[in-house]
Amino acid sequence: MFEKVWVDHVVVEETADTPAVLYVDLHLIHEVTTPQAFTLLRELRLPVRRPGLTLATMDHSTPTTPVSSFKDLAVVGEGAARQIGQMQQNCKDFGIELLGFDSDSRGIVHVIGPELGATQPGKTIVCGDSHTSTHGAFGALAFGIGTTEVAHVLATQCLLQRKPRTLAVDVTGRLSAGVSSKDLILAIIGEIGVDGGTGHVIEYRGDAITAMDMEARMTICNMSIEAGARAGMIGPDDTTFEYLRGRPRVPQDADWDAAIARWRALRSDDDAEFDKTATVAADRLQPMVTFGTNPGMVVAINDPVPDIAGDASFRKALDYMQLEPGKPLTETAVDVVFVGSCTNSRLSDLQQAAAVLEGHRVAAGVRMLVVPGSQQVKRAAEALGLDRVFVAAGAEWRESGCSMCLGMNGDTVPRGQLSVSTSNRNFEGRQGIGARTVLASPMTAAASAIRGRVADPRPFLQVSAT
Amino acid sequence: MSEAIIRLRSRTVVLPTRDIDTDQIIPARFLTATSREGFADALFHDLRYNADGSLNEDFALNKPEARGCEILVGGNNFGCGSSREHAPWALLDYGIKAVISTKIADIFRNNALKNGLLPIVVDDDTHKWLLENPGTEVVIDVAASTMTLAGGTAIQFPIDAFARYCLVEGIDELGFLQQQLDSIERYEEQRSWTP
Repeated sequence: MFEKVWVDHVVVEETADTPAVLYVDLHLIHEVTTPQAFTLLRELRLPVRRPGLTLATMDHSTPTTPVSSFKDLAVVGEGAARQIGQMQQNCKDFGIELLGFDSDSRGIVHVIGPELGATQPGKTIVCGDSHTSTHGAFGALAFGIGTTEVAHVLATQCLLQRKPRTLAVDVTGRLSAGVSSKDLILAIIGEIGVDGGTGHVIEYRGDAITAMDMEARMTICNMSIEAGARAGMIGPDDTTFEYLRGRPRVPQDADWDAAIARWRALRSDDDAEFDKTATVAADRLQPMVTFGTNPGMVVAINDPVPDIAGDASFRKALDYMQLEPGKPLTETAVDVVFVGSCTNSRLSDLQQAAAVLEGHRVAAGVRMLVVPGSQQVKRAAEALGLDRVFVAAGAEWRESGCSMCLGMNGDTVPRGQLSVSTSNRNFEGRQGIGARTVLASPMTAAASAIRGRVADPRPFLQVSAT
Repeated sequence: MSEAIIRLRSRTVVLPTRDIDTDQIIPARFLTATSREGFADALFHDLRYNADGSLNEDFALNKPEARGCEILVGGNNFGCGSSREHAPWALLDYGIKAVISTKIADIFRNNALKNGLLPIVVDDDTHKWLLENPGTEVVIDVAASTMTLAGGTAIQFPIDAFARYCLVEGIDELGFLQQQLDSIERYEEQRSWTP
């Protein structure tokens, strides 16, 4: 599949001396990684070559404090305000469509691309953001780029790229109740390591993947970068097409049928060869939680934190987390619970968190934020009454944005506090200076909010089923 | 845009921790800047400074012998995490001109090369020696793709031929891409479907 999409977009073949010129079908941009790129274009007096293939939103440094009108959104900090102002001006000056504060379609860039149907199988999609790998769930080749490369794409609609290698991850069996795609991708990263995918594009295959809805698949591909892979892909199938059908930016009428035929042909051939393969069993998988300072430092919720005696990096991570080897994370006191981010902020993620939380209260002393991935997700959740479940439990129901995933928009975890977070990175200081992050699924996050301690969600699901 | 980089001679500063991510290199709260300059103070900010704002004197970069070092030796998988080009900008702004590790994350490596920061991957034995000998003098010859350690051992390091050409000649990749515009237009006209 990767090979087919790659070949379809090569403008100039690579040689020993020069990389390939690769065409970009969709360039997503946001306020944080673009100002310097537009400055370069201005210096060189270059236009944006294909503004119609460029789509802009603002998500990283935007506030998520609840407001009754977008006009009341108060950006936190001068820098963020200047950046947002520049984004608005740059899009205006260069003729780029911006889904800004006043747009009903605004949201996290990796949530709105699929939601609008701009993300499609077989496309090359780039964005100045490493979680662009999310869009690979549709069988697109999607990867994060730096700001200089953002300028390259704005100016030429192309990138210079060396062809990456391929890694197939086969997931056998099915996930059991209370175990989600977040737990699976954390287990995969734990298995292949945070650098296991470096230089590779991952293709996820197998029964567990096929059985997933698109939102679960996006969670998987989203975290490919946490295994070092720039892109993750899943073969498009009927689940993909049904998700896309009727969305505003997909091909319409006769073009839709032609697109489906083209998309069906993208799936990997049975005899497709990969540079590397790995296998992970879904059947016995437990809810997973991270205990260290990268997503590969992960353990099943009831298993003890391992010990690697004499490993200074490992020790440093445990010291930062204030955790001890030999004990499970359950019973570790929680200060903050965050449900959101481009990994887990879609409607099904919120439904899973709400299913655990319904009829319970967030424990005293715990702050829980629920941040929908887009305004569209927000409206859909409100139509289902999920917001009332969250608010009744004592959680905060916020506007859409990246929020507490990365501390640059006013939403941060205070120093030393422990956060159970559905986001993608438990790096030191990621959620705020000195913040201690435990990555988990929306269900585990909700269960931990109720108990005030890192908690297995499965008992809560059994209770609500009876 | 970038200056030609041919040869580098410097002592090393060592950060032996594995998986040094871009959030450590430059925390996200410094990313609201809109220019490419002024990130030196943000580099490794939360490791370089204590909670009260004082200098963390135990951190390798803050030690007197690290002053003026232009080569950073990091643990395996340096630069993992986000796509922020602010990471190489901050390293360069601080005065680091090369990063050596056993593995360097893909996006960080691309961003580094586009800004004249040398990402150098070495074998485990060389890496181990460098980790154990902080402050050693290393000479890097980009054109020859060699790194010479104290004692005269020259080690070949892998670097993409095109990236090396751009570094040595000071060539800007955007200029190269723009020369391909005829091919790009032809591709757009001939493709079987349009995005």
